[in-house]
Amino acid sequence: MSVLHLNESEFNEKVNSSPVAMVDFWATWCGPCKMLAPVIEDIGAKYDGKAVVAKVDVDENQALAAKYGVMSIPTVIFFKDGKEIGRKVGVQPASAYTQTLDANL
Amino acid sequence: MPYDIAVVGGGPAGLSAAINARARNKSVLVVSNDYRESPLYRAKQVDNYLGMPGQSGAALLDAFYRHAEETGTVFRTGRVLNILPLDSTYCLSIGTEVEEARAVILCTGVSQGKKFPGEAAFLGRGVSYCATCDGMLYRSRPVAVVGLAPDAPEEANFLQGLGCRVTYVSGRRPEGLDPAISWVKAGRLEIVGEEAVTALRVNGTDTPAEGVFLLRHAVPPTDLLPGLTLEGGYVAVDREGRTSLPGVFAAGDCTGLPLQLAKAAGEGLVAGQRAAEYVDQLSDSEKIDSIKKGE
Repeated sequence: MSVLHLNESEFNEKVNSSPVAMVDFWATWCGPCKMLAPVIEDIGAKYDGKAVVAKVDVDENQALAAKYGVMSIPTVIFFKDGKEIGRKVGVQPASAYTQTLDANL
Repeated sequence: MPYDIAVVGGGPAGLSAAINARARNKSVLVVSNDYRESPLYRAKQVDNYLGMPGQSGAALLDAFYRHAEETGTVFRTGRVLNILPLDSTYCLSIGTEVEEARAVILCTGVSQGKKFPGEAAFLGRGVSYCATCDGMLYRSRPVAVVGLAPDAPEEANFLQGLGCRVTYVSGRRPEGLDPAISWVKAGRLEIVGEEAVTALRVNGTDTPAEGVFLLRHAVPPTDLLPGLTLEGGYVAVDREGRTSLPGVFAAGDCTGLPLQLAKAAGEGLVAGQRAAEYVDQLSDSEKIDSIKKGE
């Protein structure tokens, strides 16, 4: 599976252990998140083996959402060696996400 | 199956675009607020619509709506929050729903006012346009709802129901607002905070809020579709109603002056027909591609 669905305990392990990671904070009741889902899936497939592409359901992982100050969804946060290097709030075209990934790979 | 054409806005331009695209046998979805919320609906008398002087805005809009309905236009009540370009379609998010269309016609009317101070800076850090999207993230926290659209009280009640501590800001306390929600009379608004929003400032007095929900009638076109070119604050279009983005057309008040019914209906016709042509061309090139692949 190219897009990981992470909970709190998996988050540190997967995101911190990867040189570059991109995490989509989303929820089932959010229309824009549904719209973004295929874009994230696509990026996950393209960057398989190069970067961790993951999703966090903010409803099930409220502590993670709070820890990263996610206040609007979808929010996509980019990590390098476990440290946040940028975030994009709201739905954006695929290129907006891949540019950030490419610049950090 | 995506719709052929999604029309954003159900005023005269949108309805005219819809009937003209339906006349070319295109499937059409119109997404709008209740059309009775259109400013035209409140016009007592319209005297400059050709051959039909003295009609009320309400009578005209009722007739326009019926006409579009009879042609088989699909209507959806809601607010479009985002439009995302995919490979050969556009994806629209409407509240918690998603729809797909091959072409989009923006008929959003005039954007209501400027952004508030702090609005852009705190977007995603406390400022939200969608209660159903972001409400859960503010459970048990203080939030302010700036009610600029008729359905805003409902959204405020929804937030209160989730467990947010809601303060509602508007010109007067709306009917149907949950009695548990406190109300503040609107004035000069500013969104303040440091890392994230801490308060909504109304006429210099701070109402503590970690979230500020700005519920407007419509999301401005440039926020719907990043990359859309504007001209003098209006969506830039050519004579065919084409915007700067392929497959995206615009008609009516959102394209500029004069903000008049006849101009909106006329532009809607042009955009509806051109969008239908665009969809035909797209289908043709897809057919050619699939034949090539088959060879």
